Amino acid sequence: MKEILYDGNRKLSELITQEPELVHILQRVGIPLGFGDLSIAQVCQRQGLNSDFFLLLCNIYTHDRYVPDIQRIMSIPMDQLVPYLRRSHDYYVSKRLPHIQSHLHHIAEQLNQRAATVFLRFFELYKREVVEHFAHEEQNVYPHVEALQKGIADTSYSIATFIDSHGDLEDKLSDLVQIIFKYLPEQVISDDAVDVVHDILQLSNDLNKHSVIEEKVLVPYVKHLEEVVVS
Amino acid sequence: MKTRVLIAEPSEVIVAGLVAILSDVTRFKVLEPVTDLTSLEERIVASRPDVIIANPTMVESAAAVRGNRPIGVIALVYQYVERLKLKRFDAVIDIRESKAAIVETIIETTQAQPEQSNPSANNYELSKRETAVLVLVAKGLTNKEIADQLNVSPHTVMSHRKNIVNKTGIKSVAGLTVYAMLNNLIDESTLI
Repeated sequence: MKEILYDGNRKLSELITQEPELVHILQRVGIPLGFGDLSIAQVCQRQGLNSDFFLLLCNIYTHDRYVPDIQRIMSIPMDQLVPYLRRSHDYYVSKRLPHIQSHLHHIAEQLNQRAATVFLRFFELYKREVVEHFAHEEQNVYPHVEALQKGIADTSYSIATFIDSHGDLEDKLSDLVQIIFKYLPEQVISDDAVDVVHDILQLSNDLNKHSVIEEKVLVPYVKHLEEVVVS
Repeated sequence: MKTRVLIAEPSEVIVAGLVAILSDVTRFKVLEPVTDLTSLEERIVASRPDVIIANPTMVESAAAVRGNRPIGVIALVYQYVERLKLKRFDAVIDIRESKAAIVETIIETTQAQPEQSNPSANNYELSKRETAVLVLVAKGLTNKEIADQLNVSPHTVMSHRKNIVNKTGIKSVAGLTVYAMLNNLIDESTLI
């Protein structure tokens, strides 16, 4: 798999053109647009960001089968990992979910009152679950990671109990897509429905990548730190 | 495949009311209504309904309307009609009934008809039993409670639930509740 991975000599603009969904990562690691024809390494250096860390995210985001080994993970500075994950959460909660919700309100206006109430409540409950899940990570998992990174033998939490409970949340997003595709009354203007389906699928894909980064990087990294720091 | 519903009724007010409540049921396709008996047969041939909701003063019996086609014929009642006459129909809808009850009668009537010429297209429609399980799931009952209520084993309930998920593509209980609601299988007051 190694030969297809991206390296720092490529132009960042080329990488984004080839894999447009990586544009989300830029914003979360603080790379502003307008980077001209600079290479990935040059842009990262200018922003004070470790380019290996940036490339690790890009590679995992794009290549489903790529699993970095622990030596690779430990050779890369991980101080930006938790900030990256926090910024992703913030983006989902403050940008994407409200955006989708406003679309759904538009659709609900075209449903009868009873159906509209249940339809909107479904998303409201989903959103609440997502927010709770993120809050759990931010209050328990991330402080634990940050403590270990400072060399503090924090035992208040163990990554062994980290549960990837995104599964249920993914089911709900997929249900929403099914409902909108198949079961909305015919009088609902399909432009709205198609737009929101597109947005939901995009969010679903992004959330999936987010949990892949947790599985492939965060969990093995913290497990290793726990062994080294706590013992 | 949507259930094609043809309304045969002379009163414009009744037709308008029925069309209004049926047209936001996603599994129904409400066909252009017929207001006089003379054009009924012609319209059945042209629009191929699965179910006809007819004023029993307009037609003699279900068999007379149906011929040998797999069409359910429901009597639409809002005035006095002899009980004996109503027995000649597949089902009866009284306009004073709730929307959910009317929808349920139509669904039951279509499911009682022999399989259509294209059975695979109907495989995604929930059976009557699956619909009953779905309603109880949507109301928040556990498998055990559903099994008790329907007098079947929890294993049977599980297998119905598996079919429901396969047919609808909806996995979560919350999603199934929305489905049931959009299809008028439950109303909001029954939700916990």
